[in-house]
Amino acid sequence: MSSQVHVDEEIDCRGLSCPLPIIKTKKAIDGMQAGQVLKMLATDPGSINDMAAWVSKTGNEMVDREEGEGIYTYYIRKVG
Amino acid sequence: MGATEKDIDAIVEERVQAVLDRKLDALVDERVARALAEHEARQAPGQLDRIAIVASKGSLDMAYPPLILATTAAAMGMEAGIFFTFYGLDIINKKKNRSLGVPPVGNPAMPVPVPNIIGMLPGMTSAATMMMKNWMGRVKLQSVPEFLDMALDLDVKLIGCQMTMDVMGTRQSDLIDGVQIGGAATFLEFSSKAKTSLFV
Repeated sequence: MSSQVHVDEEIDCRGLSCPLPIIKTKKAIDGMQAGQVLKMLATDPGSINDMAAWVSKTGNEMVDREEGEGIYTYYIRKVG
Repeated sequence: MGATEKDIDAIVEERVQAVLDRKLDALVDERVARALAEHEARQAPGQLDRIAIVASKGSLDMAYPPLILATTAAAMGMEAGIFFTFYGLDIINKKKNRSLGVPPVGNPAMPVPVPNIIGMLPGMTSAATMMMKNWMGRVKLQSVPEFLDMALDLDVKLIGCQMTMDVMGTRQSDLIDGVQIGGAATFLEFSSKAKTSLFV
């Protein structure tokens, strides 16, 4: 099952623990244009709540989220 | 006659439009001003989206919470600062921060509980430290120096305590690059405008 979202960049945070997925996401988004979508892969179960908190705080948009076989996939659109 | 009526109609319409525009502008201005005032009133006066943390302990387990919270805050767009004081100064001491230890004495939360009397034996601190480093390696937690690099990269403010440096004979050259030196007043000025302040 794969999301239909158009992805501009992708980062792999599998195997990394808190807070690295968040920090790497921030770094990646910083280097992107508004409207572009970042795909982020993680295995940290805490990333579900952490990513929700991160988009809520930073104002970016979680376009889609997938979960399966211990891997969490996030699609984040850069806003502003 | 018809032409004059049309002229009058046009003039009236123009006047009405001008009055409407003026009233509408005034209404919009007033509503925006009120919304801004309400937004400002909701925020405590003088507070910034900032977190201020005191790192007062120099053991490996206590070095992590300030570093994790400050880097995460910075990644969330907040301004973050850590004040390293007393034993916490070891965290930014480049001669010491690679060899911070975990004391097993008085620590009932060890993965393998160690009675205090055994924890006091020579070599137990390095055994406990090795255990924690193993565990950190398993979850790929970064080392303290790596966390500090990340913090500086994210513009986390790192403040070394001048008084502690005087007491412990630490020189600025012993500390990692990129730290500022300051006293209690420096930290308090920073924390007085922070929404969140923590003591670790």
